[in-house]
Amino acid sequence: MAGEGVKLLGYWASPFALRVRSALKLKGIEYEYQEEDLGNKSPLLLQGNPVYKKVPVLLHNGKSISESLVILEYIDEVWKHNPLLPEDPYERARSRFWAKFVDEKCVPALVGVITKVGEELEKSAREAREHLKTLESGLDGKRCFGGTKIGFADVAIAWIAYWVRMEQEAFKIQLIDQQNMPLLAAWIDYVLEDPVMKEFMPPYDKLVKHTRDLREKLTAVVSN
Amino acid sequence: MEETGGVKLLGFWVSPFAQRVKWALKLKGVQYEYIEEDIYNKSPLLSKLNPVYGMVPVLVHNGKPISESIIILEYIDEVWKQAPLLPQDPYERAQARFWAKFAEEKVRQSVWEAMCSSGEEKQKAVKSAVEAFEEFEKELKRRGTKFFGGETIGFVDIVAGCISYQLALHEEVGSIKILDSSKFPAISEWIKNFLNHPLINEGLPQKDQMFAYFSKRSKEIASQKMSHKTA
Repeated sequence: MAGEGVKLLGYWASPFALRVRSALKLKGIEYEYQEEDLGNKSPLLLQGNPVYKKVPVLLHNGKSISESLVILEYIDEVWKHNPLLPEDPYERARSRFWAKFVDEKCVPALVGVITKVGEELEKSAREAREHLKTLESGLDGKRCFGGTKIGFADVAIAWIAYWVRMEQEAFKIQLIDQQNMPLLAAWIDYVLEDPVMKEFMPPYDKLVKHTRDLREKLTAVVSN
Repeated sequence: MEETGGVKLLGFWVSPFAQRVKWALKLKGVQYEYIEEDIYNKSPLLSKLNPVYGMVPVLVHNGKPISESIIILEYIDEVWKQAPLLPQDPYERAQARFWAKFAEEKVRQSVWEAMCSSGEEKQKAVKSAVEAFEEFEKELKRRGTKFFGGETIGFVDIVAGCISYQLALHEEVGSIKILDSSKFPAISEWIKNFLNHPLINEGLPQKDQMFAYFSKRSKEIASQKMSHKTA
């Protein structure tokens, strides 16, 4: 499907850019992808997101949209086939709620696992586990957040499946287990098997190395 | 057709988040039952309706609870289509959502932090707040309209609106100055216009009560921070 000049500025390891790539794929929208060097941001990025200067930025019809969840809503409104959000206002509110919960609670805890050491790391891991357990309640016993098939919340949250597994392996900590969070564990398996969801997940080993390097750099700063 | 299924709002008298929802319901002429919650002594009802956060506001409509003020605003706009809060055009809607998020995370949040902190932390927070105000001022100027939403109050105005009646008090309590009207003429004018609207100004909490509350909270937060440091 022709995207009428759709371009996405992203970064390979960014879960926020991943959301937008998955959404565009689900809708079958053709677009040009531009990989950004975050240490040397392009003029297009700086112009497209002057407030935050961050990826992802969607460029469409000469205009720029920033903030991944705002972009998802935009995509859903412009290209109405294969809707991401459900029709019912209450269900829409629920989808938005869980997407926001992940950004507000899970992200800082998962970032804490990367950036902290010792007791602070333990605390972050504990918080991450708590929030993941709460996130499981959002499934409401269903296969995915969208109900029977992948929707807005799943697209917004899917990267957690990948990142949690990656952090567990990279840092030898437990964040999720089959017994404690069986539904969420099943959702993780489901999402990681979905061809659209997994298409843009960054190469696993590359992400593990990238995260370990990031941690070394950040924790060295802390201990100096 | 107006939905009349029971609408309840759980709020807290001084909460800017609950105020957003009150404004939206009032602007749309939606009747609702208001339930005052003591957020320091939460009712079983609140815990039941918002199990994840246990916070206000919670909108209950047809027996179903919706939490998070900005999400509630989107819900209200979708259910009651009169006096729309968001624009029609998808790009304009995206811009409104972007600036609403900015107003909440950068503008309101930074002012609160600046009020509640001290020393170097306070200086940093004030700097962040001023920078946020500068961005907001720029965008308001660029739009050149009476409100963010145009000639009528919209989504961003409602989300940012808490600064219209609480900012001056935060500045006083926190001994900080952020809104210099010579530096921020567009925001100052916007605040005047916003508060001029009868439905906006109606029923706002009393200034002296808010002042007392913010003073108390500010001291509590400061002492919590101290005890964390010395622990």
